[in-house]
Order: sequence, then C-alpha cells, then structure tokens
Amino acid sequence: MSTTDDPAHHHHHDHAHAPHPVREDDDVALTPGEAKFLALKGMLIEKGVLSADDIRRRHEINARGSPHQGARMVAKAWIDPAFKARMLKDAKAAAIELGIEVTEAELMALENTPERHNLVVCTLCSCYPRSLLGEPPAWYVSKAYRSRAVREPRKVLREFGVTFPDAVDVRVHDSNADLRYVVLPMRPAGTERMSETELAALVSRDCLVGAALPGVPEQTRPLR
Amino acid sequence: MSADTAFAPGDRVTILDLGKPGHVRTPLYVRGKTGVIDHYCGQFENPEERAYGRIGRARIPLYRVRLTQRDLWPDYDGADGDTLVLEIYHHWLRPA
Repeated sequence: MSTTDDPAHHHHHDHAHAPHPVREDDDVALTPGEAKFLALKGMLIEKGVLSADDIRRRHEINARGSPHQGARMVAKAWIDPAFKARMLKDAKAAAIELGIEVTEAELMALENTPERHNLVVCTLCSCYPRSLLGEPPAWYVSKAYRSRAVREPRKVLREFGVTFPDAVDVRVHDSNADLRYVVLPMRPAGTERMSETELAALVSRDCLVGAALPGVPEQTRPLR
Repeated sequence: MSADTAFAPGDRVTILDLGKPGHVRTPLYVRGKTGVIDHYCGQFENPEERAYGRIGRARIPLYRVRLTQRDLWPDYDGADGDTLVLEIYHHWLRPA
C-alpha cells in the first residue's frame, strides 16, 4: 500500500496487514473468522482499548505455558505431601510457589483416587489453564469432545485407552465459568525409586485433564 | 442472610432456565436439573455484565454444583456413582 496523503486513504483501516500475520503465508484468502478477528483487533488497538504490545505480551505469557509445568507440579505433589496439600487447597498459589506465572483468576486441582477419576471439559468454549499448560490440544476444543465428554464420558475415555470398573466414579468437570482445572493423577505403582524429574516425565499433557493416565515405566510394564 | 452464604455445601438446588440472551455461562444441558452444592467458589463479577464492557460491577456468589449423570441423562451409559460438576452463579439457582 502506498503512503499517499490522499485524504480518502488517510483513515483507511488496513486490517488485513496487521503487524502479526495470522498465518505463515498470505497467499490464500482470509476466512470470515480471520477477517473478523483482524478487524476487531485493529479497532481495539485504534480505539486505545488494547495496544499491540498488550496482545504480544499476552501471547508470550500463553507461550510460556506448557504441559511440562503441569507435570512438574504433579511430580512435586507425588513426592511432597505438604506441597500436595497446598496444591489441593489452592493450586494457583502452589504453581506460583514453583515459579510458574498463573494468570487465570482461580486454579483448582482435582485429585484422582482409587475411587474417583476426574475428566475436564469446557462445553461452552475452550476454557483451559493456558498460562500453566499452554494452548489446549485440538481435540479438547472440538465440538465432538465438548458435547460427548459430558454425555458419555466413559465411552470417550475408552477411546483414549482409559477404562474403569463401575466401582470407580467418573466425575466430569465442566470448566464453564471462572475456575480453571488441572487433574492430579495417581502416582503409578513401581515408581517408588524414581526422581522428581523422572516422575514428571511420566505425566503427559492429556493426563492433566484426565484423558490419560501417567505412563508406567517400561521395566515394570507386563509383557504381552 | 447475606448473598455469599445463600447456599451451603450439600444444599439441594435446581438450576434455572432464565431464558436470558447474550453471554450466559449456564449451559442448556443443565437447565431445569437438580443437584447439590459441592463447593462455594467465592464472589465473581457477573460475566453477563462483563461481556458487554460493564467491568467492576457488583460481585456475585459462584458455586460448583454437582449432579448425578443419571439425573442429567435418563439413558446414561455408566455407573450410578458417576457425576458432573459445573460452576453456576447464584441467580441461576433456587432451593430444591
């Protein structure tokens, strides 16, 4: 676009060329959603509601979130009962204790036990503790998961390879308002001699919303 | 009775269908259903106001409400002990 002084162009809103491209390549047309996003973002910046720097900094905070941070919390809770108690009382304070910056208003840890398994979903949108765990996986925000997790959680879990007898209560948590959730899985048997770092490596992203169970060390996995 | 002690854990409550348009956080699938207060979360600004730029208004109580899956879905395929918990603002609840 030229840098003309033509007054007709003076207030032109060139939103399609925001400083941060939404895709790597600009060789296909924007989807209606992308066009709306860029228009809204441009207007918010222009009206002074947000600055481009505010948006960039928020992206940076979310980019620091990672399943590894959640796994660190879980491993610490497994080896330190006092930390576990603090995490179950106030998971946000426990994360901050580990130097993890949690920007969500409230974070609640849900403890799996031999009697109860917890599964997290956001049926209304895509609520997820991003500052702790990073961006959610694609399946978590899919309409299929969001609708089925509350309707047939055991079937959904079976598809993830996780089955429970009826004696174990499956409790679904709809993350529909102000709280965000992280699941504290049970420590697998046979891990008594493992270090905190080794334990953290057993906790995958999907464990932290209850869609998987921590990995069992190879040496204790029964041969088939 | 102050607003923040209106319901206590264990109280039976019915989730209302206020039919309110806009940014509401009460999913359709729980409206009209009865459960129990699981946990009082504290006081939060009403998202039905915040979504329209009305920031900093009065805070309202938020609860975690627990329902049995059998009460939610008559044909639920699972165990009797299976439950669902979600967050409901005070004005969407009435004593059951």
